[in-house]
Amino acid sequence: MSEVIATNQTILVVGGGISGLTAALEAAECGKQVILLEKSPTVGGRVAQLYKYFPKLCFPTCGLEIQYRRLKANKNIRLLTLAEVTQVTGSEGDYDVTVALSPRYVTENCTACGDCEKAVAAEFDDEHNYGLKQRKGAYLPSMMAYPQRYVIDPRIIGTADAEAAKGACKAGAVDLDMQAQSLNLKVGAIIWATGWTPYDAAKIQPYGYDRFANVITNVEFERMLDPFGPTGGKIVRPSDGQAPSNIAFIQCAGSRDRNHLLHCSRICCMATLKQTNYVRENLGDAAKSTVYYIDIRAIDRIDDFHRKVKADANVSFTKSKVANIAENKANGNLVLHGVDTEGYNRYANEHDLVVLAVGMESTVPAGVFPEGFKINEHNFIELDPANGAIYGAGCSSDALDVNRAAQNATASALRAIQVINRVAGQEG
Amino acid sequence: MTQMNQAMIEKYRSSFLKEVETNVEEGHWVKMCMQCGVCSGSCPLGPHWEHPPQEIFMMIRANKRDEVLKSSSMWFCTSCYNCIARCPRGLPITHIMHGLASYSKKLGLAPKSQPTESFGQIFWNSIASNGRVNELKIGLALQFKDGFGQGVKNAMAQKDLGMAMMKTKRMNPMEFFGGHTCKDKSGIARMLKKAQEVEDQHIANYGAGK
Repeated sequence: MSEVIATNQTILVVGGGISGLTAALEAAECGKQVILLEKSPTVGGRVAQLYKYFPKLCFPTCGLEIQYRRLKANKNIRLLTLAEVTQVTGSEGDYDVTVALSPRYVTENCTACGDCEKAVAAEFDDEHNYGLKQRKGAYLPSMMAYPQRYVIDPRIIGTADAEAAKGACKAGAVDLDMQAQSLNLKVGAIIWATGWTPYDAAKIQPYGYDRFANVITNVEFERMLDPFGPTGGKIVRPSDGQAPSNIAFIQCAGSRDRNHLLHCSRICCMATLKQTNYVRENLGDAAKSTVYYIDIRAIDRIDDFHRKVKADANVSFTKSKVANIAENKANGNLVLHGVDTEGYNRYANEHDLVVLAVGMESTVPAGVFPEGFKINEHNFIELDPANGAIYGAGCSSDALDVNRAAQNATASALRAIQVINRVAGQEG
Repeated sequence: MTQMNQAMIEKYRSSFLKEVETNVEEGHWVKMCMQCGVCSGSCPLGPHWEHPPQEIFMMIRANKRDEVLKSSSMWFCTSCYNCIARCPRGLPITHIMHGLASYSKKLGLAPKSQPTESFGQIFWNSIASNGRVNELKIGLALQFKDGFGQGVKNAMAQKDLGMAMMKTKRMNPMEFFGGHTCKDKSGIARMLKKAQEVEDQHIANYGAGK
């Protein structure tokens, strides 16, 4: 690997999702030197796992492609994938960052032809599809992967599969001797944009995500719609592969709850409204959607979207947080129990598929940042003078949708740029 | 107690919520309810409540004083704590229900011959006079609470259970004559008298319109 050059006039961006990409690009296009780190083998983050985003219902491939083009065209950004920050010390204008680099076992010579994938037999859960599908031990993380380079799963290293992958590669790009490395970077400002992870639905015990096949999460539902996803773009019940006819969406599954995430995750209302649209598009009048909610938080321009969904005769709304779910063992249907707030009527409604609108859990790590670093009770990075020139961006700073995450990331880039200008001014 | 009721009505004329916040145990939590309904849906006795907890909270805010305090609903709470465990806002719902029940009793508004309320009173009478619970007398008092005829019927229906309990020494018929007490019965009596004085003072303060 060629040397990574960093000085205290360099901005480090951690996380290559939509926020990190945006922050890195904005800073780099202003002429600053940027190092962009991504933990996984590809940039794109959660956005790459969406089928469409609201409210315009366009495909994320479009928005990401623009960012990728800007990234390719910019000489000021150095992108490192499979890179994880383990320690940050120092202060504004003078940070020491320790980065752990995991081996990809595939060099820049890779042409993404896919011969290694065909040669390998071992299969693993596909992270891109939340484990709903298997992928090979040599793989391209997704169709939209950037860089377009294969990865060899470390679990096949030392097996015959690894040798088979190496043997199949005509470009000589497989290097099985690649080692993990540690990097020390000196940077002036840090933008932290490691984003979010879907809240673990199995922790919401009364909803039985870990017990009932037909209780799924909204992120899994999203993957179903992808033509290259686990179900080839069809909405199906996991238990029998049949198309559902009566789908329940449960809001605030793990959000706004002292027992789970205290904060409102903000995106789940719109995500569900959007997904009722998928149901209408895919199954037409053959399927009904019911949204169980405490209150629908669709503000400003997305309120129009909410109104449109409300006008759909196939979508109904029940103002109630579902208390618990039981399975009808005969047919795998789910019986939702609760009391609604408009009349206090007790219900036991049977649905054939339940989608939990799980919330966003911040992935800001503990034990990485300098002493006294301010992280709030929801595990988001505070905008606080105590944090020096380390700025949270996107979902590391709050629960945000794509649009607001990009705005937030641009703001963090502006903050980092000012720090670098100050450092440059002092150094003359 | 109706005098106290009258005093409370005058004091909190326009805001039952405020009355609950000040006088009911854990009552200050009521305004935190966001009406999600998980408590009502999670209550194992839920279908038997006239007004489930979520509705009670809304009724308090809507100034439905009589409907809440005269309701039998909160007397149905069995302290299973399902609602507290699940409440997303962390409301101590079980405690609020008990607080409302005891407040309504204090005001003389609790529904008459509600079994939980009757049992509570019988239990209290027993423990307050002896410093110990006399289970035999409590059992009998409960069976005969709706009159002698009904009492005999109840007792006959339960006779096998009673005999079995005596056989296994879970119930002592001699308890009928006095029964066992605690070591310092008069000490308990003094303590309860003092507590009653504090409580009377508390009520007198409200009566004075403070």
